[in-house]
Amino acid sequence: MIALLSRDLRLALRAGGGFGLGLAFFLILTVMVPLSVGPQPALLSSIAPGVLWLGALLACLLSLDRLLALDWEDGSLDLLATAPLPLESVVSIKALAHWITTGLPLVLAAPVLGVLLNLPVPGFKWVVISLLLGTPALSVIGTFGAALTVGLKRGGLLMSLLVMPLYLPTLIFGAEVARRGAIGMDIQTPLLMLAGISAASIALLPFASAAVLRINLR
Amino acid sequence: MSIWEYANPKKFITSTERVLPALWAASAVCIGVGLIWGFFFTGDEARQGSTVKIIYLHVPAAMLAINAWVMMLATSLVWLVRRHHVSALAARAAAPVGMVMTLIALVTGAIWGQPMWGTWWVWDPRLTSFLILFLFYLGYIALWEAIEDPDTAADLTSFLCLVGSVFALLSRYAVNFWNQGLHQGASIFRAEAVIGTDTEEKVSNIFFYPLLLCIVGFVLLFVALVFYRTGTEIRARRIKALIARERVEA
Repeated sequence: MIALLSRDLRLALRAGGGFGLGLAFFLILTVMVPLSVGPQPALLSSIAPGVLWLGALLACLLSLDRLLALDWEDGSLDLLATAPLPLESVVSIKALAHWITTGLPLVLAAPVLGVLLNLPVPGFKWVVISLLLGTPALSVIGTFGAALTVGLKRGGLLMSLLVMPLYLPTLIFGAEVARRGAIGMDIQTPLLMLAGISAASIALLPFASAAVLRINLR
Repeated sequence: MSIWEYANPKKFITSTERVLPALWAASAVCIGVGLIWGFFFTGDEARQGSTVKIIYLHVPAAMLAINAWVMMLATSLVWLVRRHHVSALAARAAAPVGMVMTLIALVTGAIWGQPMWGTWWVWDPRLTSFLILFLFYLGYIALWEAIEDPDTAADLTSFLCLVGSVFALLSRYAVNFWNQGLHQGASIFRAEAVIGTDTEEKVSNIFFYPLLLCIVGFVLLFVALVFYRTGTEIRARRIKALIARERVEA
C-alpha cells in the first residue's frame, strides 16, 4: 500500500506537472472573480467563502481525469487489479494520493487567496477547517466518478456531469461552515454534517468505486 | 406463476402489449376527465383565483418525478442481484420519462409561482432539490448513452443510480437546511389531512377529487410509457444482435 502511495505521489510530482495545475487553476479562478464581479471590498468579503469553496471544488474536479485514466491506458490498472492488494484498498490509496497532491495544497493556498478576496478575519480559520474536512470527501467521490468513466475515450466532460451533482451536499455544508464562520455565526450543525459526509464517503464509497472499476476492467 | 416470469423478454413484450391499449385508454380517460373536471367544473380558489388550477398538472408530475427515480432504483437493484435484462432496460426506459416529469413540475411551478409569489424562481429547498434531481437524471441518461457495451452500461448506471440516490437524498436535506422556503409543505397525502383531523392545510375536497383522478391518470400514463419504451429497447437490442450475427455469418 505504501509502495503504491509513494508511486502515485512520485508520478504526480514528476510526470507532466499534474501537481501544480490544480493549484494554478485555483489561483486563476480566484483572480478572475474580482475582475468579473467588481472590486468592491464589501461584496468580495461576503462572497469570499463561497468562491474559495467553489474554486477548490473545480480544481479538484479538473484533476480527476488523470486519477485513473493514465493507469488505465498503460495497463498498470489491470496489474493492480490482479495484485494481492484488494481493489478497494487500491482506490482508497488512489484517492489519498489525489488528496495529498490536490486537496491539501488547496487547503494551504486558500487563506492566501482569502486575502485577495478580502475574507473577514474570523473566516480564515473556518475556511481552512471546512476545506480540510471537505476535500477528502471531494477526492473520494471524484474517484468514484473517475472509476465510472475510466473506459471512455473522452470521459472528461461526462465525468464532470456525473460528479458535480454528487459534490452538492459537500459543497452546501462546506460553504455554509465557511460562510457562517466568516460572519461569526454558530457553525456546529453544518460542521458536523460536513464531517459526517466526509467520514461516510471515505468509509463506504471505495467499495462502490472498486465494484465499478471491476466492471470496467471486465 | 411468479413475477419473474416477466423477466423473459418475449413474455414481457407479449403480455405488456396485451395490456398496453387498455393502459393508454385508461390514462387518457383519467387525465381527460380529471383536467376537464378540474378546469371547468370547479370554482376558483378564494385567494389564488384560477391560477390554482395548474395544480392538476404540477402535483402529479412532481410525484412521478420522484417515484420514477425510486422505480429506477428498484429495477437497478433487481438487475444487479438477478441479472434480468428487462429490468435494466426498464430503468433505462423510465429515465427520460422521469426527467420530463421533473421538467414539467419545474415549469408549471414557475408559471404558478409567477402570479402567486411574484417570481418565476426562488432558491427554495423544494425547487432547488428538484433542479438537483433534474441534474441527476441528466447524468444518468448521459452515462447510458456514452457506453457501448450494453451489460457494462447497465452495471455502471445501476451503480450510479444507487450512489446517486444516497446523494440525492442528502442534497434534499442539505438544501432544506441551507435555505428556508416559500413552497408549502406536503398537503395532499398527509395522514392528518386524509383522516380529516386537520382542515387548515388540507387541499379542499372540491379540488382533491379531480386532482386524484389526474394523479391516477399520470401514473397509468407513466406505466404505459415505461412498458412501451422497454419493449422498444428490447427490440432495438434484438435488432443489434441480429445484425451482429449476420455480419459474423457473412
